[in-house]
Amino acid sequence: MTALYCTLLLPLVGTVLLGFVGHSRKAGWINVGVSALTFGASLWLALNVLEDGALLSPDKMLYVDVFNVYLVALTAFVGLTTAIFSRPYMLHEMERGRVNRKRLQLYHAMYQGFLLAMLLALVTNNLGILWVAMEAATLATVLLVSLYRTPESVEAAWKYFVLCGVGIAQALFGTVLVFFAAERVIENRDDALLWSVLHAHAGQLEPAVLTLAFVFLLVGYGTKVGLVPLHNWLPDAHSEGPTPMSAVLSGLLLNVALYALVRLKMLVDGSLESNLAGYLMMGFGLLSFMVASLFLHRQRDIKRMFSYSSIEHMGLMTFAFGLGGSLATFGALLHMTVHSLTKSAIFVTVGHAAQIAGSQSIDKIRGLIRTQPAVGWGLLIGTAAIAGFPPFGVFMSEFLLLTATINSWPWLTVPLLIGFGVAFAGLFRHLHPMVYGEVPEGQHPVRANMLPVVVHLLLVLCLGLAIPDFLARWFDQATLLIARSSLL
Amino acid sequence: MNLQLLSLYEQAILVLAAMVLFTSFALLAQTRIANLIRLFAWQGILLSATTVMVAMVSKQHHLYISGLLTFVLKALMIPWMLNRLAIRLDIHRKVETTANQTVVLLGAAALVVFCYYVALPIAQLSAGITRNVIAISLAVVLLALLLIITRRKAISQVVGFMSMENGLFFAAVVSTYGMPMVVELGVAFDVLVAAILFGVFFFQIRASIDSLDVDRLNRLTEAQEVEE
Repeated sequence: MTALYCTLLLPLVGTVLLGFVGHSRKAGWINVGVSALTFGASLWLALNVLEDGALLSPDKMLYVDVFNVYLVALTAFVGLTTAIFSRPYMLHEMERGRVNRKRLQLYHAMYQGFLLAMLLALVTNNLGILWVAMEAATLATVLLVSLYRTPESVEAAWKYFVLCGVGIAQALFGTVLVFFAAERVIENRDDALLWSVLHAHAGQLEPAVLTLAFVFLLVGYGTKVGLVPLHNWLPDAHSEGPTPMSAVLSGLLLNVALYALVRLKMLVDGSLESNLAGYLMMGFGLLSFMVASLFLHRQRDIKRMFSYSSIEHMGLMTFAFGLGGSLATFGALLHMTVHSLTKSAIFVTVGHAAQIAGSQSIDKIRGLIRTQPAVGWGLLIGTAAIAGFPPFGVFMSEFLLLTATINSWPWLTVPLLIGFGVAFAGLFRHLHPMVYGEVPEGQHPVRANMLPVVVHLLLVLCLGLAIPDFLARWFDQATLLIARSSLL
Repeated sequence: MNLQLLSLYEQAILVLAAMVLFTSFALLAQTRIANLIRLFAWQGILLSATTVMVAMVSKQHHLYISGLLTFVLKALMIPWMLNRLAIRLDIHRKVETTANQTVVLLGAAALVVFCYYVALPIAQLSAGITRNVIAISLAVVLLALLLIITRRKAISQVVGFMSMENGLFFAAVVSTYGMPMVVELGVAFDVLVAAILFGVFFFQIRASIDSLDVDRLNRLTEAQEVEE
């Protein structure tokens, strides 16, 4: 229990502390320190849950089981490595004059605030609080997207704010409908939005209302996942903000939104006889996957390109969770992990690449490998990993997903394989000149911290070669929870 | 539905629901910024009146608190903030040009019919006014969405955004006697923060494009030329 409170209180303390001292030169270190402590607490929490099983706080407001604790640990880990990257990066941005001290203060405070909102969304047991925390995560990041105050970034932030706000309002309507259905079954009104209680009573909930509710919830949280056609805000918001923000938005926030969808699907599946929720998720997921892989080809901005790659992968995961069954669910959980790790590593490298070239335009980034081999190789290996090259973990999870699709929906493997191919081509046609092209005159290496990249990519490599036993069992328990059958 | 069979409370709720929906239509038709904000405040007042009435009839005491919260937030604070911003940004007396007002209003009427259709499964579940209420609150949400889509001024979009929250709140209060208190407080907090952030954004937008017409926020498109 203490571990759970620590996980939530540490980022809260961090937010308040950095709200006061976020402008000092030490603030980067404080940010790293708080994130490290949070990561420690999350590991402690994970150990507790793995040993003793699901944890429900005495007031029933917080609930942690094997499924969300793994996302908690992942969120805290990527939060830590991105904080390590962000310290020198933001100092460099300050030297370039893109941010002043006041904005640095805002940045640091909101970094921790954002982590807090995501962790709260993950561990809360109350569907209403889940909504509140998701909205809070938007509110925390919206001013960070416009941190540079260029016309583009202000536009991106406004789009992000309005589209996500409108989208997530639909999720609140869905939540009201769930409450409406639950209130007739569950005696104590205050318990009627608690996920653990709802899950236990899922069979008695009115299917008609829950179907309607799920449609609204899918539109709402789907907007945050970045599902096509609700994805318009995502490439803008992810590309215009400071790079550490892109890394955590792409690597983490999308996961949390997908987590919310999966939780709700578990609820709806318990109530409905049919697999309606699954079909909806499969449809939207596959559409996002195909559309995003096509859009990869048209990008001119490197961060936008990788944002579209995030949409593609989120679409794939949504599809896999919709597919259901133990194999697909296991694959999707693994894919969530490797995608987060790889994508945040890529954004870190991209941040350095953009600083080297002084631009985010793909046409202007050239010859990275000769100017600064570490960045060039990082980008090359990272992109190979995200495109699903063996022996990286993404290959493993995509292979599992393909196998699952062949088992249950053989003809859907065709669009999947085409999508993989198209996405692969889209990434590499842009990557090749950036890494190997002619070096422009006067291009110099920058002070780069490649530690997070190396750690992330090594982890992804390990997961691709052999998943450690304890991790496999961890994923398997989560699969048992979600798909109601285990794989191993 | 036979109106005379309904209790006095249910009839009153229906009247209030109709009035809330009417304010939504009025918001769509209104093009003067100052009046738009005033109408939004009226919607907030109607909403808090509904909440207090539901609280009295259902004896759910926590609803008094949320009624008060709604009144302070939606009827006083946010309209006051928007009004002050509008004066400071000197768009208070501006009239917004909107294309095809008639088509928009006809579309809005069609949306209301659609909402009743969507709420059909709920009608089979519960007798009485719940279906009406769910359909109307959904209509308020969708009309607010229409407002956001058809308007160009950032401030009108914010009014639409907040009016959308009103619709959601109306659904929660009337069909389920309000959400649990923690959730309501959380939502109110989010709305307040959002309102403040919108204010910050008006200045950022104006500083960057020298206007509050979001039409001119069009630099980010798919085939963009990246400028430095």
